[in-house]
Amino acid sequence: MSMDIFLQNVANSITLGSLYALIAIGYTMVYGIIRLINFAHADLLMVAAYIAFYGILIFTLPWYWAFILAIVLTTLLGVSIEKVAYRPLRNSPRISVLISAIGVSFLLQNVAIVVIGARPKPFPRPEQLVWNIKVGEISFLSLTILIPIITFILLILVMFIVKRTKMGIAMRAVSRDFETSSLMSVDVNKVISTTFVIGSALAGVGGIMWSMQYPQVDPLMGLFPGIKCFIAAVMGGIGSIPGAMIGGFVLGICEIMIVAFLPGLSGYRDAFAFVILILILLFRPGGILGESTVEKV
Amino acid sequence: MLSIKRRRYVTIVALIVALSMLAVGCGGAADKGADSDKEPAADVIKIGVYEPLTGTNAAGGQMTVEGIKLANQLYPEVLGKKVELVVVDNKSEKQEAANAVERLISKEKVNVIIGSYGSSLSMAGGPVALDAKVPVIGCSPTNPAVTLDNDYYFRVCFIDPFQGTVMSNYATGTLGAKTAAIIQDVQQDYSVGLSSYFEKAFKATNGDASIVAKVNYNTGDKDFSAQLTEVKSKNPDVIFAPGNFLECGILVAKARELGITVPILGGDTWEAEEFLNQVTQYKDIYFSTHFTAEEPVTEVSTTFLDEFKKAYPDKEVNAFAALGFDTYILALDAMEKAGSADSVAIRDALAATKDFKGATGIITLDENGDATKTAVIKKVMDGKFVYEAKVDPK
Amino acid sequence: MDDRKNIKFILNIVLLLIIGIFLWWGQDNLSAFYIRILNLSAIFAILGISMNLVLGFTGMFSLGHSGFMCIGAYVAAILTMSPASKEIIYFMEPIVPVLAKVQWPILPAIIAAGIVAAIFGFLIGIPALRLRDDYLAIATLGFAEIIRIVVTNTISITNGSLGLKNIPSVKSLWVYWGIAIITIIILKKIINSNWGYAFKAIRDNEIAAEAMGVNIFSHKVLSFTIGAFFAGIAGALMAFLITSVDPTMFRFTFTFQILLIVVLGGMGSLTGSVISAVIITILMEVLRVVEQPFDLFGLLQIPGLPGMRMVIFAIGLLLVILFYRQGLMGTREFNWDYLLDKIHSFKKRGASM
Repeated sequence: MSMDIFLQNVANSITLGSLYALIAIGYTMVYGIIRLINFAHADLLMVAAYIAFYGILIFTLPWYWAFILAIVLTTLLGVSIEKVAYRPLRNSPRISVLISAIGVSFLLQNVAIVVIGARPKPFPRPEQLVWNIKVGEISFLSLTILIPIITFILLILVMFIVKRTKMGIAMRAVSRDFETSSLMSVDVNKVISTTFVIGSALAGVGGIMWSMQYPQVDPLMGLFPGIKCFIAAVMGGIGSIPGAMIGGFVLGICEIMIVAFLPGLSGYRDAFAFVILILILLFRPGGILGESTVEKV
Repeated sequence: MLSIKRRRYVTIVALIVALSMLAVGCGGAADKGADSDKEPAADVIKIGVYEPLTGTNAAGGQMTVEGIKLANQLYPEVLGKKVELVVVDNKSEKQEAANAVERLISKEKVNVIIGSYGSSLSMAGGPVALDAKVPVIGCSPTNPAVTLDNDYYFRVCFIDPFQGTVMSNYATGTLGAKTAAIIQDVQQDYSVGLSSYFEKAFKATNGDASIVAKVNYNTGDKDFSAQLTEVKSKNPDVIFAPGNFLECGILVAKARELGITVPILGGDTWEAEEFLNQVTQYKDIYFSTHFTAEEPVTEVSTTFLDEFKKAYPDKEVNAFAALGFDTYILALDAMEKAGSADSVAIRDALAATKDFKGATGIITLDENGDATKTAVIKKVMDGKFVYEAKVDPK
Repeated sequence: MDDRKNIKFILNIVLLLIIGIFLWWGQDNLSAFYIRILNLSAIFAILGISMNLVLGFTGMFSLGHSGFMCIGAYVAAILTMSPASKEIIYFMEPIVPVLAKVQWPILPAIIAAGIVAAIFGFLIGIPALRLRDDYLAIATLGFAEIIRIVVTNTISITNGSLGLKNIPSVKSLWVYWGIAIITIIILKKIINSNWGYAFKAIRDNEIAAEAMGVNIFSHKVLSFTIGAFFAGIAGALMAFLITSVDPTMFRFTFTFQILLIVVLGGMGSLTGSVISAVIITILMEVLRVVEQPFDLFGLLQIPGLPGMRMVIFAIGLLLVILFYRQGLMGTREFNWDYLLDKIHSFKKRGASM
């Protein structure tokens, strides 16, 4: 494989990896706090994309307002979902809340189908953000540089919140030990809501980024990234935020490189992601950065 | 939580409610359509339509239904009776398709059925109709297996072996290609089938080594950078990438973004505005389709185009609506020729269809029930679909 | 108590007879549409109780059911298609020579489907069942997808995305409901056996069960494998009902429908799953009403909204899981004791008057 093509693949991997990373952070934060795989997380992505789409096209807002509106509304939705569908089940067996998450996910998808229609719509790419860059034989979109930068900035922001602010310390306490934290007068509900605020906002940003990179929105667009991003979060160490970032990149790179080096197996591409997931779950469930936990009797 | 007694009580009530819902539901549904034992009103002829209105194939299904409804508006009567369309959603799922056809036949008592977008769904509905001896006309399924071993299934579109050969000939003959790369959606029978026929035809003309790359992707994929990079490295003269307009739109746009400038060819599913939206600023994109606005094949084409613009002023004309339209008027034509609304008679009349003038061309149905007709090749130019050439069946 | 046992035995026989008579009547008198719906609900009943075994009785959140169905369906299809059909249908790549001439009758094919699915269940269970709830869910989901992807890509065995057609058609109520009833009886026996107690112990408190000497892992694998066996059988039946199969049939949405059935019927109740399977299958058709335009009391014209059915089901699932987690039957089963006790206490009250 020539250097040009290799570099092209590298560029592609970075883009895909940072998209995965952005959404994986949301998964890992929620899991770290309440041990829930929020199946509905990826559908928030879809909601944000549609709100931005309608904002620009129907309400003719300039793109920055549409994007901000999308992120804000998605965050509100995410927090409401937690209050309505997950909080009442906090003391129930884990299976119940998992089923509830699946239910919410399906509800979001099917409401979107009914309200918006199943046909996909083209996402308008703002010219200020998206343009073609050519370096030698390699060409890529400006997004390839923009998305990783934004992801990094957001990551640093989130890490700051978690490590330096009072709320962040409370979040870490709750994720370590739920019961003790609440005994120490930490307002657990507030902490969880804040986690969802951050997670949903990230999903919103992720949704908009995703739609700019792959400019087609349809009600089921969250399905495919959802599972992949969860795999990325597990790979990096579920519950660890830098881990999610690393996991996202590793997964993105693996996917593209496997297809690049073994094009005959490109039909099995999704299968690879799952195989990697299962191997990690079996042999190193803590992921790349995670800690192993022992269940004490 | 509720006490045990309360729970038991609630359970019993719930059971009773559920059972009565069941009874009402069955009874209600029985009353809604036609009663199982009653014939439909004597002055109405029912045509059933089963298409995917939700699920992965929803876009194609909806476009087709628009064409059918348009035809129904224009030609609401046959044999002196009103035609009632019964449209049922098959959710892009096979068991729903089978249920839908069964429902149309047993409960709604339709005389003839139209559908479905998606060969896999048609293959699920086909055996049901065959058993009940009700003819079905497909608008756009192109997998040859749909009409094999099924005397009651017909279609107004040409099939993949023909389409694949047409595109291969165009690539070699008009575009002068000696090598080609194939990018197929390994999960779509349409894509896989069409690619294999293209490959056969291309190899027959240009030799076994002329297909320099054959890469796969999956339905729902949004990222094709790896496959395209691979194809780019092999330097083909032309790329054949049939598949859903959803994925292909992104794929073709990405190819151009990556600097691939050779012509890219596809199949009839590309005739959709979702595809055009993605590729509108690029060129050298060709695909085979059933129908063109610039060179209307028949007067029916012109009628269809005018009426479509009137009925859906903000929508692009597309091949699926045109095929839906043709299926409906073909059904009516068969009933006229048969002189009755009896399903078996309709079936025989359909089998004898010859030189029927539809919006998508002059249709003759062969012994399998497949249409032999002219294929049209279109390309993308200046942000529009533009007519390029016509290919007659030999 | 012996008396009671005899009475129950007789009641069971009577119940089976009644069901038999209904099947016999239904086969001749119901329209093809109703028969099809009943057959489909039998398949969902089998799926529901096999998933309930794994989820409701053993407490393992497995989302891999659709993968085992896929295996079962393909095994049954390949074994029963005629060689002539195979030549025509496998037009892209001819079928692997070993399978080209094979043609079995239906019943052995169904059993084979179950066995092959069970083998896969065993192989998948061994690594996967070491994981906990949520990880297990994702891992089994992953395996189901891997199965589907492999089926799509091994064209010389499965014909890939082109799918298989011309599978012999089976329409008889006897076959579907007969197998469903046998499944119910077998699973009931398993659940009331020592194995069943072990399963429930694992569900209720894994660590305590282990402390009591139950071999957790082997019982988990056993439950999972049995679940896979019946999922394979249901897949085979599905192939015979629709007479064509392709990999897109067995996506995660399918598993969701089964999950819906299990949750609504009560995780931990076989009766509940059977009842909810029938109700939901029928509701799916009945609810087509909300997708057609209809008049609300003649005042409003509500346009048909395709997709409303699934919205209603999703809301239903959420309502049940949030407010009535027991589902329809909770962990209770239909049994004669309940009725007999009621009659007994009625009589007693009468006697003491």
